[in-house]
Amino acid sequence: MAQKKKETAVVVSQINLAPGIYDLKIKCSIAQDAQCGQFVAVYPKDKSTLLPRPISICEVDKEEGTLRLVYRVAGKGTAEFSGLKAGDSVEVLGILGNGFPVDKAKPGMTAVLLGGGIGVPPILQLSKELNCDRKIVVGYRDAQCFLKEDFEKNGDTYIATEDGSVGTKGNVMDAIRENGLVPDVIYACGPMPMLRAIKKYAEEKGIPAYISLEERMACGIGACLGCVCRTTKVDHHSHVNNARICTDGPVFEAREVDI
Amino acid sequence: MKTSVNIAGVEFKNPVMTGSGTFGSGMEYSEFVDLNRLGAVVTKGVANVPWPGNPTPRVAEVYGGMLNAIGLQNPGIDVFMERDLEFLKQFDTKVIVNVCGKSVEDYIEVVEKLSDSNADMLEINVSCPNVKEGAIAFGQKADALYDITSRIKKVAKQPIIMKLSPNVTDITEMARAAEAAGADALSMINTLTGVKIDIERRKFVLANKTGGMSGPALKPIAVRMVWQCANAVQIPIIGMGGIATAEDAIEFLMAGATAVAVGAMNFINPYTTVEVADGIEKYMERHGIEDINEIIGCVK
Repeated sequence: MAQKKKETAVVVSQINLAPGIYDLKIKCSIAQDAQCGQFVAVYPKDKSTLLPRPISICEVDKEEGTLRLVYRVAGKGTAEFSGLKAGDSVEVLGILGNGFPVDKAKPGMTAVLLGGGIGVPPILQLSKELNCDRKIVVGYRDAQCFLKEDFEKNGDTYIATEDGSVGTKGNVMDAIRENGLVPDVIYACGPMPMLRAIKKYAEEKGIPAYISLEERMACGIGACLGCVCRTTKVDHHSHVNNARICTDGPVFEAREVDI
Repeated sequence: MKTSVNIAGVEFKNPVMTGSGTFGSGMEYSEFVDLNRLGAVVTKGVANVPWPGNPTPRVAEVYGGMLNAIGLQNPGIDVFMERDLEFLKQFDTKVIVNVCGKSVEDYIEVVEKLSDSNADMLEINVSCPNVKEGAIAFGQKADALYDITSRIKKVAKQPIIMKLSPNVTDITEMARAAEAAGADALSMINTLTGVKIDIERRKFVLANKTGGMSGPALKPIAVRMVWQCANAVQIPIIGMGGIATAEDAIEFLMAGATAVAVGAMNFINPYTTVEVADGIEKYMERHGIEDINEIIGCVK
């Protein structure tokens, strides 16, 4: 695995995709090491907000050496990031975590890719890397379906909205049923209730599901033990039923975790 | 230029150490910093058996710092000795093992197992605010602290450091009790208990409700406590609490600490320890200081 480092990235561009949702492109050397499902930690400049913010990688362009980060403004740190403009510098730590195992989807298989809310962005890079039949199901609150056009370039795309304004009314599971999708393997990122439903569905169908988890983090590199999740078996590193989301994850096989 | 310091007969190449629990056993940070550059690696608290720790969320950001309630998750002493202590053997740095327990017997079991190991010193954690049994229960009453210190001292082969809690009325009373019971050194301060409330959800942010506060906002309190204790006891003190820069570390040294530890700032800038060590040397050059010991406790 590539060596992690903290470095100064340069902002290439930033646009406001939807209310509270920003699309930030940064140039940094660590982009060369990035894989789908991994994340970077981004540092606010305001010294009252010390901890870096973990943000998933939406897209990687190794030729340009850029990372595309699509994030929601959730507090002071991300509010500060939303003000970044082309040419600004920003400190980042990366590349962090283990991404989606793309080799689990073999040619000829149908992979269903599920993204919900602010869990939608990392599904984009994944959809570009999979070498099989891809069905992309993305869920939103309302008609603000950010990244929809990007997904449509990379596979059959199905939308679910909570208010029913676009696609299936309901969540991504409702969209799977309504569209009669039959996955051989599932990849997912989204809120915990969605991931729980996916874990249950995958276990009932007896298919593998790789889910990306989220937790409040401090160090991001596996030392502080702040961001653990419960595991079904004793973890090889911790020797208790806890794995580190930042280092052992954020992607886990659903059967390995007790969520 | 002499940067080495001596604590209870153990020679450290420089006074920069890591705060227990903020550096694991150095494995993760060895990707960022050369552990050979550190005076010592102080490992995360280890108990006689594996501890699962607290539910999540375990960490929260606060103004100028953070709260944590990890709850001393650890793999137990046997795995720790086979894996973590073995790993540290490859580096030319001193190793201080932080020991925790729910009862005095738990601590003694760990201390005895470590007696033939490559641990240079033991730091006894009697000040973690995030576990229900043990830990801080031994560190908030002078008689309990005296008792556990003297019982551990009887069995320990390495010099022992008692890590003090700031969550007391008079920390000098604890420092004196530890010294009287035979402690070889003190380390201070552990985290200060705090609470953060999520006003949108009307809930505590941490699953444990309370957590230990660390980070730069804590530094003036920690420097004050080190200074008070340095004036109250003869044994050496390892100072910590919000150290982010060499200048911060030098404040602790001048207040009377013989060594310093970088804690929460490791999470924020993984290069902090070595930056502090380099910065101390630059400060010594700038001020023509031949021996770091000249400035220890120079502010009375």
